[in-house]
Amino acid sequence: MEYFLQQLINGVTLGSIYGLIAIGYTMVFGIIGMVNFAHGDVFMLSTFIALIFLLALTQVLGFGSLALALLVVLLLGMLLTSLWAWAIERLAYRPLRGSFRLAPLISAIGMSIFLSNLVQVTQGPRNKPVPSVLGGVIALTGGEVYAVTLSYKQIMIVVVTVVLLAAFWYVVQRTSLGRAQRACEQDRKMAALLGVDVDRTISLTFVIGAALAAVAGLLFMIYYGVVNFADGFVPGVKAFTAAVLGGIGSLPGAVLGGLLIGLIETLWSAYFSIDYKDVATFLILAITLVFMPSGLLGKPDVEKV
Amino acid sequence: MAVDAAHDTRAMAPTRILAAIKDALGAALLALGLAVPVLALRTEQNMSNELILQPRWGYVAVAVVLAFLARLGYLLAPALPKRERARPLPRGFGRALSVGLLVLLLAYPVLALAITGKAGAIKWIDNFGIQILIYIMLGWGLNIVVGLAGLLDLGYVAFYAVGAYAYALLATSDPVKAFMADWIGPGFWPAWAFWICLPVAGLMAAFWGILLGFPVLRLRGDYLAIVTLAFGEIIRLVLINWVPVTNGYAGISSIPRPSFFGLPFNASDQGFAAFFGLEFTPLYRTIFLFYTIVCLALLTNWVTLRLRRLPLGRAWEALREDEIACRSLGINTTNTKLTAFAIGAGFGGFAGSFFAARQGFISPESFTFMESAVVLSIVVMGGMGSQLGVAIAAFVMIGGTEILRELDWLKQVFGADFEPTQYRMLLFGLGMVLLMIWKPRGLVSFRAPSIFLRERRMVRAEAVREGRG
Amino acid sequence: MVGLAPMPLLSVEHLTMRFGGLIAIDDLSFVANKGEITAIIGPNGAGKTTVFNCITGFYKPTGGRVVLSLGGAAMPADVMALTGSGRRFRNTAAGTVFLLERMPDHEIAAGARVARTFQNIRLFSGMTVLENLIVAQHNALMSASGWTVLGLLGAKRYVAAEAAAVERATFWLDKVALIDRADDPAGDLPYGAQRRLEIARAMCTEPQLLCLDEPAAGLNPRESAELTQFLKSIQAEHGTSILLIEHDMSVVMEISDHVVVLEYGQKISDGTPEHIRTDPKVVAAYLGVEDEEVEKVEAEIAT
Repeated sequence: MEYFLQQLINGVTLGSIYGLIAIGYTMVFGIIGMVNFAHGDVFMLSTFIALIFLLALTQVLGFGSLALALLVVLLLGMLLTSLWAWAIERLAYRPLRGSFRLAPLISAIGMSIFLSNLVQVTQGPRNKPVPSVLGGVIALTGGEVYAVTLSYKQIMIVVVTVVLLAAFWYVVQRTSLGRAQRACEQDRKMAALLGVDVDRTISLTFVIGAALAAVAGLLFMIYYGVVNFADGFVPGVKAFTAAVLGGIGSLPGAVLGGLLIGLIETLWSAYFSIDYKDVATFLILAITLVFMPSGLLGKPDVEKV
Repeated sequence: MAVDAAHDTRAMAPTRILAAIKDALGAALLALGLAVPVLALRTEQNMSNELILQPRWGYVAVAVVLAFLARLGYLLAPALPKRERARPLPRGFGRALSVGLLVLLLAYPVLALAITGKAGAIKWIDNFGIQILIYIMLGWGLNIVVGLAGLLDLGYVAFYAVGAYAYALLATSDPVKAFMADWIGPGFWPAWAFWICLPVAGLMAAFWGILLGFPVLRLRGDYLAIVTLAFGEIIRLVLINWVPVTNGYAGISSIPRPSFFGLPFNASDQGFAAFFGLEFTPLYRTIFLFYTIVCLALLTNWVTLRLRRLPLGRAWEALREDEIACRSLGINTTNTKLTAFAIGAGFGGFAGSFFAARQGFISPESFTFMESAVVLSIVVMGGMGSQLGVAIAAFVMIGGTEILRELDWLKQVFGADFEPTQYRMLLFGLGMVLLMIWKPRGLVSFRAPSIFLRERRMVRAEAVREGRG
Repeated sequence: MVGLAPMPLLSVEHLTMRFGGLIAIDDLSFVANKGEITAIIGPNGAGKTTVFNCITGFYKPTGGRVVLSLGGAAMPADVMALTGSGRRFRNTAAGTVFLLERMPDHEIAAGARVARTFQNIRLFSGMTVLENLIVAQHNALMSASGWTVLGLLGAKRYVAAEAAAVERATFWLDKVALIDRADDPAGDLPYGAQRRLEIARAMCTEPQLLCLDEPAAGLNPRESAELTQFLKSIQAEHGTSILLIEHDMSVVMEISDHVVVLEYGQKISDGTPEHIRTDPKVVAAYLGVEDEEVEKVEAEIAT
């Protein structure tokens, strides 16, 4: 039982990270119907950005307070990652916006290859160990065989995720940006005719998605303690899987999907085998889609006859 | 669109130049912002294995300056003449081009030999010629699924892998070897394994295509894409982890190479060289492999072109245009999709088994999502489901990356530390983006009708649908 | 059809279609006779296209039965037996009886020989006009090509079948005056020509029942008149029965043998054009009623 509880905690933590990344995928898909293949690599980029700035602040500038350093790193990371996402959208996707569905997809794949190789070339291909931050755990139950622990890192991840989601929900539901976004999702041409600045709304969508990915990147970096240029693909695919599982285009779906994927992955590794955990994840995705073609919370795409 | 000062094509007014400079400065600033994190500071491990930062402000400066100049150049360059509605190429151009390319293709090994001599020829025929042809065949196979039927398949590498492993396992399987030795005679199986296993591998891949297609093809568009991607990954993971059968990361080696209809390509007395009274050189096998893949690819091409003119191919294209209209005409679209999937998978399997035979060794590393992505890019860049377009796109993309390996001369420019191969994939990704921006519908922007009453008139790209899967 | 007793081709019985809480079609019953042109009219939102979608298999009805008899009229006993058996069709002495509500859309088109056009034109716009008509003859060509195998080998049987298909296509292109544009992309045609092409394409499937969803929408009076003549000729020369949704009353009145009027998913009138033209319920549904006359009309309608 304690073991299960521990896996549950671990799974929720992992799922939160996936959820944060998944939101980026689902928002972009909702508004321009495109799968942003480069999003996973933007996430990877953000882990490096976070690492570099953390090192810069602690080593070069000698920041004493760790909390302050992390905060600065977070803000800088969000800012610069968003800048990258904005630039990518502007240069690689906007010229291709239109009815051609495959062209932006291929451009995104090209962008993904470019980004991961850029980091590989500039930072080197080896794993980069992250200086240890926020060690320490809270023992929840002192079982004799197995102590369930909740590490500070885990608490931070879940808390940050929840806070961000609440803020995000508020933005989408209550602010004019959110309204503009929902309008563009429904009918872009009409929104433009009604005075919504579609280009700006789409750019902001990419930026917000990237900012959330940057948060996930910092959390990932702290939690796993190692970053690598190849970390874009697998978490990216899993986060995209989460978004699809939850119903692409649906924000709560992305979060739900993320949590589910995190839990499936953790529980499967714990109880069955680590090797096949990804197979399990993908199979569950495939089976879910076969029976629920629009995902768990998605809206069925009905074509009017 | 309103003409802003920077794009004003009237005389080089000072205001225009000033505006362009301001814009370019903005671009430079952007480049600075993008470069600062990953370009400026490199994380390195020092002696005590701790991570330290190495400043590389030189590179940042280069990037900023490049961005400035590029943007300035873009804004101030004389406006490109507005592309008129592309005049249709002269009738028969495509035909002439295809024939010309075919002749060039068949003569290629001879040319390579003449130009680069025996040593160079192997590299040029194998790494260049055979490699490109494998991708052309994969592209033609996926073209049926994506280009003709409009189904977005992101996991095509799965069929490639099934074909390769099917051939490898069959050909290296001891029970089969023993059986064949008993039944026909020793020496038969090693010599003929390739020719027998090739169609078998293709059929297995096609079978897998049907198996996969059945539950999955009712999904629309992007859901189909993610599920096919998922299955591609599942196959790769199974190949890695199912060690008793697939040998995991170590892969399968000692795969029998194709023989010249019974004559092995080695230096022995029963070998090909000895038989024909020639001096032994590994070149013969390479040339034989080259012509084999040429034949396979041409077969794929012939079948696809014929199918386009048959009701099945027309149904595929109609499916891409409007699935509901198809159903209202009595066409069973599920079966139509399945056949596209299965036939495309079959050709992928052929390519896979050829790949295994040519390498002599396969491992899961060759069957990553990147392969699916590259083949998909080739198909999309080809455009309009055009066979010629796919071939040209494959040539450009794969040929381009292979050529980038030849950049060693750049070492003289940038110093001995410079490793050009690292930049290969970087340029590849960038090239993909630029190519798409230049030609969003692909290199070929016309669709040739499969049947005509009086004259074959091309259909413009804008009219042709992409398919919703 | 004077003198011959009308023979039912399509019998819609107690058709109901519910979308969640919304009842789109409520207990609709009518009969379309063989060789006749039956029009379904009604204000917008009455559920006309939904009826079409139920008949042609694009929706699965929530309740009711849709009987189609090919060949001769279906005997009630056969229909009962078929309903009870759970199967989709049944061969009888007179012909074949189909229960359309059990069949998927492509089977209704291929097996029950029901063709349809759409409210929003659905042509294969990236294919030429000729190609559109050849695709329509897919099933015949598929079997002639031996499920592609014979076709790949260039068998004579297939070559002959394709030539016959082209001839049929040419025949229809002549009829709709599109022969000169046979090699143009279908998306390039003007609107009226696209509508005609869609009908020609449907006719290439050699249907027994042709369902047209607002064929005159967007056509000017001259084009409407041409359409009317075209439909009449289809009825006269090919004996095809036509089921027609239409708003253009000139077309409806001119060619219909039988009109069914829907409002809010229910049938409010059923009869000859003359009958429904004067039916007060129909007038009220379309034109509304003066405030003073509301009570009077309501009393009349209640009877």
